[in-house]
Amino acid sequence: MSASLLRFFSGRSAPAPATAPVARERLQILLAHERSLRGQTDLLEVLREEILAVVSRHVDLDPDKVIVKMERGESVSTLEVDIELPNGCERRIAAVG
Amino acid sequence: MAKVLVVTSGKGGVGKTTTTAALGAALAQSGQKVVVVDFDVGLRNLDLVMGAERRVVFDLINVVQGVAKLSQALIRDKRLENLWLLPASQTRDKDALTDEGIGSIIAELRTRYDWIICDSPAGIERGAMLAMRYADEAVIVTNPEVSSVRDSDRIIGMLDSKTVKAEKGEQVKKHVLITRYDTARAARGEMLTIEDILEILATPLLGIIPESQDVLRASNVGSPVTLNNAASAPARAYTDAARRLMGETIAMLVPTERKGLMDRLLGRRAAA
Repeated sequence: MSASLLRFFSGRSAPAPATAPVARERLQILLAHERSLRGQTDLLEVLREEILAVVSRHVDLDPDKVIVKMERGESVSTLEVDIELPNGCERRIAAVG
Repeated sequence: MAKVLVVTSGKGGVGKTTTTAALGAALAQSGQKVVVVDFDVGLRNLDLVMGAERRVVFDLINVVQGVAKLSQALIRDKRLENLWLLPASQTRDKDALTDEGIGSIIAELRTRYDWIICDSPAGIERGAMLAMRYADEAVIVTNPEVSSVRDSDRIIGMLDSKTVKAEKGEQVKKHVLITRYDTARAARGEMLTIEDILEILATPLLGIIPESQDVLRASNVGSPVTLNNAASAPARAYTDAARRLMGETIAMLVPTERKGLMDRLLGRRAAA
């Protein structure tokens, strides 16, 4: 007698495959990623504030125009700092330099 | 010394208010002086679960704004003389809650009570932040389900960084409370197990509350589940959890619902 016939007579459908191990694995991967981002966002904010403070000593800046990003690569990560300067400050920078 | 305990979760609908009421009542029953504080401004429900919804005159925001004195806003439970409720506001703007205002209320409550249990709103916004801000201990209510576990992890991160204790370089004492647990489904591999959740969250377990009809029955009649049917499985699990909070060592039982013969014959397929 085949397994499906047996199930028919016992009145039970095939047991659904266990999905909890999948849930567990997905959570472990996701949370490892999210936990690593948690510290990083704080670090980026600190860097942004300090860069802004240093540059503002010499140039009037719009605080919203200082953007700090971190890209995670396999072997190295890069820090990208994008600061938009108002027009007319190039000459001052040249004079200081 | 007074202890401030926040009941939190991130995710909504996991059982924070039920837990606040049940733990509050269980602690009060064992002689502790307890106040439960509803932080869910605009969507208060602790008053309803406690059966005190018709006795609310003043609320938390009235006290923060100086409209009412703390003693005018506190409602004494009709069944337990050691248990009090400080309700949330139903209508007012939630921005009216300030860090300083909450800080001074918590400080005053500390002089009057053994336990101050803060029922957090869902989410990670202002209300949830303020509910955990002054906590000494935290109960993180978690369902055996991926979205709840993820949100609990996020809340644990906040307890470790945004609370007054964390800012002083100390630790909020954290406990995970697993609610709506169904042993049979976990055994069949349909639900994350206790071990899975504890390993992922790396936080000690306070108790396991089984999925049960008794929880709904108790909220229907406005009674903490520990008072409504003290012999029921969830009531016993909450009572044990409350005793663990008081420092007792009690063996952790994975709760099972007792089933009759018909349940056993039919239960498996009905639940699947």
